[in-house]
Amino acid sequence: MNRFFDLPSDLQHDWLGLIGLHLREALLPVLAGLLLSLPIAQLCVRFRWLYAPVLGVTTILYAIPSLAVFVVLIDYTGQTELTVMIPLAVYSLVVLVPAIVDGVRSVPQETLAAATAMGLGPVRRYLQVQLPIALPAIIAGLRVAAVSSISLVSVGMLIGNQGALGNLLNDANIYHRPELAWNSVLTTAGLAILVDAALVLLRLLLTPWMPRGTRRRGSRTAAEVRPEPAAPAAEEAAR
Amino acid sequence: MIRIDTVTKRYPDGTVAVDRLSLDIPDRSITVLVGPSGCGKTTTLRMINRMVEPSEGAILLDGADIRKQPVNTLRRSMGYVIQNAGLFQHRTIVDNIATVPRLLGWSKQKSRARAAELMERVGLDTALAKRYPYQLSGGQQQRVGVARALAADPPVLLMDEPFSAVDPVVRKGLQDELLRIQDELGKTIVFVTHDIDEAVKLGTMVAVLRTGGRLAQYAPPAELLSAPADAFVEDFLGADRGIRRLSFFGSDALELRTEPIVAVDSTAEQIAARAVTDAPCLLVTGLDGRPLGWSAPEDLTAGAVHTERLISCGRPFVHGEDSLRAALDCAVLSPTGWAVAVDGAGRAVGVVSQQTIGEAIRGAHAEGRAEAKAGR
Repeated sequence: MNRFFDLPSDLQHDWLGLIGLHLREALLPVLAGLLLSLPIAQLCVRFRWLYAPVLGVTTILYAIPSLAVFVVLIDYTGQTELTVMIPLAVYSLVVLVPAIVDGVRSVPQETLAAATAMGLGPVRRYLQVQLPIALPAIIAGLRVAAVSSISLVSVGMLIGNQGALGNLLNDANIYHRPELAWNSVLTTAGLAILVDAALVLLRLLLTPWMPRGTRRRGSRTAAEVRPEPAAPAAEEAAR
Repeated sequence: MIRIDTVTKRYPDGTVAVDRLSLDIPDRSITVLVGPSGCGKTTTLRMINRMVEPSEGAILLDGADIRKQPVNTLRRSMGYVIQNAGLFQHRTIVDNIATVPRLLGWSKQKSRARAAELMERVGLDTALAKRYPYQLSGGQQQRVGVARALAADPPVLLMDEPFSAVDPVVRKGLQDELLRIQDELGKTIVFVTHDIDEAVKLGTMVAVLRTGGRLAQYAPPAELLSAPADAFVEDFLGADRGIRRLSFFGSDALELRTEPIVAVDSTAEQIAARAVTDAPCLLVTGLDGRPLGWSAPEDLTAGAVHTERLISCGRPFVHGEDSLRAALDCAVLSPTGWAVAVDGAGRAVGVVSQQTIGEAIRGAHAEGRAEAKAGR
């Protein structure tokens, strides 16, 4: 077990250090992707015709292998974390843009009309009505983006040990220490699960206004079997 | 007063939603815009708070063009109630109601106090204040919608089919509540509906619009029912407009008969004395004066009436308060053909036959015609 956490010195980090590095390399791009997606999604909501081409472009970008992006970027950003994070940020768009667009579009017409009629201008309407109501959809998108980003960071190992926990895979190979590979895989999976759980918790905290039966996707069926008394009201409001 | 002055709304694809509509909407009363779908009623309503801009014409609020003031200032001075309430699902009830006061810069405390006051006014338990919309029934949500529209005490209230998505019983309750609130507050209400019964019940003035956004008739509901302007309006009013018109005639002029009423503890002589009238049956009342049911005189035994053998008298009408429509309905439903009139406390004050109600209806119509003639 000791050898499990006994990391080779070429990694320049202990286990916790690698975890911190991994989280930073995985989550900063998702954050950047989110900041980028918000205006893009808003444009797509505003100009409906933009949505299909934007989706097409993000999908194509997602299809470009990260290695190919690294090759191009290395000339500009070198063998740095930034080179790893740029493609990750771009990849997150493919999940985040549709999540935000669908979330914002899911705001009922009556709610929007009521907001307009009460004298909320476009900015207030976006910040105070559309975005908060889109929050569950946005967080759902963030969960997918974060988890996939956490697994993708490992590729950074290929450009001068910028793969955080992924570097353990390389070391396992060089030093013939399979336990390092196990460490990499298990820690990465553990991180993904914890980050996902944290996002679920965040949503539960931020959306006390959601009907309980539909808070978690998994419990939707349970809610259908045993509907709450308030369920018809919620359905009515959703229409 | 809101003056809609030859307003046309034409969309880029050429569709005309509203066609040269002119309408004077009086202050402190309910004006209903009614018509089939596609008649431009909602478009007209939304032009009043500039959610839709007219292509031609102008809308004047107390003589001033509504385009003269900033659009959000205009909107905050007009309450707006929409179908399905359109509540902010992510905000508590109290915060929903406090929306406009907060926009107007009221303090949080003052806004919340105002919201609580309005919850009571619209008949909501203030215990619901911290709940979220999904926890309320459709009817309760609609009450919140009305409270939210009233929050900043706007002089004008725009209501876009507010009650059409709730079940009939709840709808009737909401309509009665609206009339009660209007009695207290005296707002200038513009109310859109496709339901002519709702229009007739709520409207001080009713504007019937036809497909293509043209005004078919603008009149008080009683006039609409008695003198529809054309075949379209007549058709839209439906087959039983004659019956519905009776809602506008009071029952206070009905001549009630009191002879065919016997108390449950009457003696044989008293029953015999009552049985000489032309009524086929006698109405038996309880010791508290409430009607129990009808009985043939020969079936009545002095001092010991078998109440379970009585013929039901159905739902009585309240004399002086209910309309001739209620009285006629009562008589038609009654197995004996006689309607039972009660006072406000539910005590029987008399009975009246279908014939007598028929005479009263003819009398009321004749009076209506005479008034119309005198008016012209």
